[in-house]
Amino acid sequence: MDFDYDDEQAALREAVSGLLGRAYTGEHRRTVTAAEPGFDEKTWARLAEMGVLGLPFAEDDGGMGAGPVEVAIVAEEIGRVLAPEPFVEVVVLAGGLVAAVGTPAQRGEVLAAIAEGGCVAAVAHAEPGTRWSPSARDVRATRDGDGWRLAGVKEPVVQGARADLLVVSAVLPGGGTGLFLVRPDAEGPARTGYRTHDGGRAARIELTGTPAELLGDDADADRTAAVERAQAEARIAYGHEAVGAMDTALRTTAQYLRTRKQFGVPLARFQSLTFRTADMYVSLELARSTALWATLVQDAGGDVVRAADRARLQTSRAGRHIGHEAIQLHGGIGMTAEYTIGHYTSRLTAIDHLLGDGDFALARLAAVTGGYETVDPLGAPYTGG
Amino acid sequence: MRLQLSPETAAFREEMRTFFTTQVPQEIRDTVAARRHLTRDQYVETQRVLNAAGLAVPHWPREWGGRGWTPLQRHIWHEEMQLACVPPPLAFNVSMVGPVIAAFGSQEQKERFLPPTANLDIWWCQGFSEPDAGSDLASLRTSAVRDGGDWVVNGQKTWTTLGQYADWIFCLVRTDPTAEKKQRGISFLLVPMDAPGVTLRPIELIDGGHEVNEVFFEDVRVPAENLVGEENRGWDYAKFLLGNERVGVAPVGYTKRLLAQAKRHAAEVEVDGEPLARDPLLAARIAELENELLALELTALRVVAHSADGKPHPASSVLKLRGTELQQAATELVVDIAGPLAVASGAGEGSEVPEWARVATPSYLNYRKASIYGGSNEVQRTIIAGSILGL
Ligand SMILES: Cc1cc2nc3c(=O)[nH]c(=O)nc-3n(C[C@H](O)[C@H](O)[C@H](O)COP(=O)(O)OP(=O)(O)OC[C@H]3O[C@@H](n4cnc5c(N)ncnc54)[C@H](O)[C@@H]3O)c2cc1C
Repeated sequence: MDFDYDDEQAALREAVSGLLGRAYTGEHRRTVTAAEPGFDEKTWARLAEMGVLGLPFAEDDGGMGAGPVEVAIVAEEIGRVLAPEPFVEVVVLAGGLVAAVGTPAQRGEVLAAIAEGGCVAAVAHAEPGTRWSPSARDVRATRDGDGWRLAGVKEPVVQGARADLLVVSAVLPGGGTGLFLVRPDAEGPARTGYRTHDGGRAARIELTGTPAELLGDDADADRTAAVERAQAEARIAYGHEAVGAMDTALRTTAQYLRTRKQFGVPLARFQSLTFRTADMYVSLELARSTALWATLVQDAGGDVVRAADRARLQTSRAGRHIGHEAIQLHGGIGMTAEYTIGHYTSRLTAIDHLLGDGDFALARLAAVTGGYETVDPLGAPYTGG
Repeated sequence: MRLQLSPETAAFREEMRTFFTTQVPQEIRDTVAARRHLTRDQYVETQRVLNAAGLAVPHWPREWGGRGWTPLQRHIWHEEMQLACVPPPLAFNVSMVGPVIAAFGSQEQKERFLPPTANLDIWWCQGFSEPDAGSDLASLRTSAVRDGGDWVVNGQKTWTTLGQYADWIFCLVRTDPTAEKKQRGISFLLVPMDAPGVTLRPIELIDGGHEVNEVFFEDVRVPAENLVGEENRGWDYAKFLLGNERVGVAPVGYTKRLLAQAKRHAAEVEVDGEPLARDPLLAARIAELENELLALELTALRVVAHSADGKPHPASSVLKLRGTELQQAATELVVDIAGPLAVASGAGEGSEVPEWARVATPSYLNYRKASIYGGSNEVQRTIIAGSILGL
């Protein structure tokens, strides 16, 4: 057992933190998120140059062959400065699905393009009327000669308007959920993009018999389990993004208490406030432990879906606690768009709702408590083999 | 002890309910129900409808439009208004500056200001807080110096809610910088927003909205007669203003309505073909919130029913603290019901995301303010610990 980064991992962290830390100082994030596409294409290209956008993909597919720990490192650094680059969405979620389901040719093409920074791929899975489900509901796939056509509405699709490639889930003719690649062009699909509260972008995507390419080569295969797994891996990565954001929110709050004076003394003189930052620290460290553990479960080949739910529950609760307190302890300044802290709370709220919130995870965990006696973090089902 | 309202009070409640649901324009009530922002004109129109019916300033002295109601009647008035989605009369006018002028102003000030204040012909904003004077309000530095027949004002106010709509600002200003206690050197001054030297800068909040401002004063001259009451007694008036309001401190009606809406939305949202409302976790959460809110409402009723000697009931101090916590919990609940749709805040017409889900997160983020302004929840706890428990 080892919870420390090795030298290479530490170097990766240094490099990513250096790049993002330099990119997102001061007002720069607000400038970037105010303009389309809501992130900085130059920073995206630098991440690609550093190999970050291909980290988890196999070397044969044009990736770096790194594992979940490396992904976690990047996600945490993203969260630390609220970098708006869609790393988790593009690399972990979209890339993860292509890696899991795609044919060798599709993997070679798509994953290499993502890794090189030339392809922002977005997963179009959520539908109005579904709630973090791993299956498609109303978007349908039909055969058209050798190819496929898709019809229905996907929303909200994170970065759906900017995306160069969409990975779309749809109900197969024989039932079950299939996955498809859709290359947006003049023929469609119709994409309506908009801002999200955290400074990001999402879109409504209307497919109207839009041509699509089957992902993978088994037209009858139900990909629900693959979606579930990719969602779980993305939940874990989001957990680390949240940990990075919470860490900064806590540090910023502690620093504010040291400098803000009322009643002639720094706020840090009021124990009622410093105790609350101590509680924030407790929440943060428990969330960090659980997120790290879930990453190691993934690495060890354990039950990543179950581990992701546990991490989700912990980071969701911690994110709310820390997000609320960070604003409250700042007072009025915490409510402003000009100051950073409220954006941390906003992003934590978005992360929480993108792939299932704490209660969603709790309900799934509550349904299985009868199936084991105690939770053993180092035993079944969390360690593989 | 008795639970039922007296027949007269029950009739009063019916009268209020009927008025609010039939006399205030439906479009305005729909705007409130949809949690959209009201325009200045909508606030003004509502307040004029209320004022014409004697329902804008029932708690003022009778000669200025007051009704001599009991605290219970005022409570019912306030709750029914919220339940009917009627925007309450502007607090800066009717709960803050109006009562201060009525209690401490000169006869000329009363005649000049109270009628247009009740009717929202004058829109007031509150200039108390400063960048370095928040919880520690008494350390405010905006100064007013006497020069002949004028006060000359210099300094900065901040967090000025809806200052962009305001005609006048009521300010706490330092008139005696040498006073031994800083509370003693403060006066209550009325300043027209269009006076030369007053400038307003908008502050954007985390939900992207513009409801607060910074207000700067540079050699602003106002006539001496704009000072309310006695010079250097402004702190007492501010305490009167912040402390005399016992009705409507806890936004019970607002939260009740939000919970009712939340239940409707939860019945509409489906999970695997079942309404979300049937999810036991969500149902338990709603039930718990409703019970907390019941406890709060009952406490508010105990406070208003206890009108004996005019002193505030000690339990009134829990109203703002718990009331804002529950309000915030209800806004959070709506975000969670919206679930994956809660990120789609910027979606426009043509989106599949219903309007209530689009406003859910901005509104949730915005209401983090409720535990900060009007005496933060830390200040409320300080009051409970200090004044009530003697700690
Ligand atoms: C949306 C909004 C609208 C507002 N509208 C108006 C308005 O119209 N007019 C106006 O004059 N003001 C307005 N305010 C200002 C509001 O009253 C102040 O924000 C409030 O008094 C807190 O002051 P502060 O923001 O400077 O926080 P600070 O006083 O700096 O407090 C920071 C944190 O420390 C806590 N704290 C401070 N002192 C202590 C202590 N001794 N013990 C324990 N905890 C403490 C606070 O509770 C808070 O959590 C508004 C504020 C907001 C957010």
